[in-house]
Amino acid sequence: MKVTIPIGPQHPALKEPISIRLSIDGEIITGADLRLGYNHRGIEKLAETKNYTQNIYLVERICGICSHSHTTCYVQGVEKLMGLEVPKRGLYIRTLIAELERVHSHLLWLGVAGHEAGFDTFFMYTWRDREVVMDMLEIISGNRVHYAMNTFGGVRRDITDMQKKKMLDLLDLLRKRTAYYLSIGSTEPTFVARITGVGKLPPEKAVSLCAVGPVLRASGIPRDVRKDDPYAAYADVPFDVCTFDTCDVLARVVVRVRELVESYRIIEYLLLNLPAGEISVKAPRKVPAGEVVSRYEAPRGENIHFIKSNDTDKPERLKVRAPTLANYPATLEMLKNSFIADVPLIFAAIDPCICCAERMVELNSRGGAREVVSMSQLRKMADAFYKKAGLKKKAGTWPL
Amino acid sequence: MAALKVILYLAVYPGFLFLFVYATFCEWVDRKFYARFQNRLGPMYTGKSGLLQPIADFIKLLAKEDVVPEKADRKMFSVLPVFGLTVVTTAAMYLPVWHFSTGTPTFNSFPGDIIVVLYLLSLPTLVLFLAGWHSTNLFSTIGGVRVLTMLFGYEVPLFLSALSPAVLAGSWRLAEIAAFYRSNPCMLIVNIIGFAVALICLQAKLERLPFDIPHAETEIVGGTLTEYSGRKLAFFRLMTAIEMVVGAGLLSTVFLDGFPGGLIFGFGNFVVKTLFIVILLSLMRAVCARIRIEQMVDFAWDYLAPLAVLQMLIVIVLKGFLR
Repeated sequence: MKVTIPIGPQHPALKEPISIRLSIDGEIITGADLRLGYNHRGIEKLAETKNYTQNIYLVERICGICSHSHTTCYVQGVEKLMGLEVPKRGLYIRTLIAELERVHSHLLWLGVAGHEAGFDTFFMYTWRDREVVMDMLEIISGNRVHYAMNTFGGVRRDITDMQKKKMLDLLDLLRKRTAYYLSIGSTEPTFVARITGVGKLPPEKAVSLCAVGPVLRASGIPRDVRKDDPYAAYADVPFDVCTFDTCDVLARVVVRVRELVESYRIIEYLLLNLPAGEISVKAPRKVPAGEVVSRYEAPRGENIHFIKSNDTDKPERLKVRAPTLANYPATLEMLKNSFIADVPLIFAAIDPCICCAERMVELNSRGGAREVVSMSQLRKMADAFYKKAGLKKKAGTWPL
Repeated sequence: MAALKVILYLAVYPGFLFLFVYATFCEWVDRKFYARFQNRLGPMYTGKSGLLQPIADFIKLLAKEDVVPEKADRKMFSVLPVFGLTVVTTAAMYLPVWHFSTGTPTFNSFPGDIIVVLYLLSLPTLVLFLAGWHSTNLFSTIGGVRVLTMLFGYEVPLFLSALSPAVLAGSWRLAEIAAFYRSNPCMLIVNIIGFAVALICLQAKLERLPFDIPHAETEIVGGTLTEYSGRKLAFFRLMTAIEMVVGAGLLSTVFLDGFPGGLIFGFGNFVVKTLFIVILLSLMRAVCARIRIEQMVDFAWDYLAPLAVLQMLIVIVLKGFLR
């Protein structure tokens, strides 16, 4: 029985719309194709119409989970353009929020992985404990999801000693629970049977397909922006980059749980060594002309913002590359030759945030009319263009 | 008068009405325990502690729009839910729970009724396969194929393990098997391996975690029942609920010495023993992840079938000694 089955755009395994088309032979997948463009929100265009400060709150809304990742990435890019020196305490609090966010994102992902593997009890437990870290974030920022902590030149709220003490207590609880999840995730027979050997991604493929974040580290490659290109307070903090070498979904689970443990270490260090002083400095309204690329290790992988300024109070261009987009090619590779039963697991294992990754390309045609084209359509157009250009005919003369 | 009695049997007790109420109660117990194992509350609002929730769900589904897909086989698609429900209800009639007189524990008991119950319990699986197949939906078809594939895994161990107590008792009549173990309670310990195997097979037959592969929602949407809605879906859900009661009743008859004690205590026995099995099943559901179809078949033939054969051998050897 050879058929093509659609996973999505609407499917219970997907929390957001995306279309995966699988050619299957019985229960085995022979080929996979991905279609994007169901969830475009026009954030990049909108950013060009707002001033820099308004944009902090706009980019925060790119993602509901790594909201702090996008603001930090954006803010540190703009600070570079402004030539601002952020005070130490501000950087520490910024890093603290970033790590708390990583904890909450990874705990959320653990639950999702459990649910996709049909292990709903695991899901219920991890999400219950995720509430603890949400509470910690609320203690500092007053918000559970969009913390609104970043501003140019530092952060908006300080941490008191009371809050510090409370958070250290909660951290102990989280540590205990995480040790328990590590033992469940790596020993519960049915769960382990489901995730070992599933979605293999060999290290050389992971590098050549530009995988990022925990997916890349689960293939045994210790690449982490926090270590390779330290930003915020990461240069001061002792921590290890977690890797695992089985290259499958099990490895992705183990890497994320170990990162949780590392994050607890970082949070504890930051809380205990919080330097005294100001939390922010005053920033100018206008940004001198220039271009900057800002990198940030979001919970899902490397997040990149490109900002171009033109000496006004609005950016000329803001380009966002969310980590999920970088992991799509690797996902298609993982899906090949696996079972249909594993599709949700493999896809969930990259921790996809589909609406963060949606980008469309706008073209001006000659008549002045505008049209909006999705990435896959654009690719088809490009193929047609190059066919028309006769590349094959000129293959002998062009050094391609 | 006799005809009236039979109609009462069929319609009220132990027939459809009682089964409906008890099956929904078991579903509530299952949901509540599953929820508590997961640190949730479970049904809370309908009735006391949500006791009426399964009935409310049933009524709600009855009121919903009933869609038949254009390409589906209309006749089969509509007949199958009713047929499945009939089959499991018939199977329930053979459980020796209704002690109106010791001589005739059920009004239709006969030698060999254990085979009939096992056979009638196999039919819902076929019904589900046909339902998936006749829906002509990709997800349903894959679900249907998975139903059948799984059947090949668990059916043989289930039969072997359920029949070995019968072999030891020397009878294929449910009432007599239960009576045998009541007079020799020590013999129950002999069948402990068979009980474990049968429990796991029953879980697979009911398509619950870790064996809910045919309707794994994250993989193939609703599986076999993707296209079903409204009344038909309600019937299928009721079918599964009653199947659980029958399965639990069968297991407690052959492995837990049945339901002695006359009308009231016998009934109490029935409730306690079936609920015990239902709770074991929901515990199993709470602590497992869903395995893959080929892992399930491998597991069935690598572990369940050899264990069932071992149980059968133990029984045969023991029977030789006893003689």
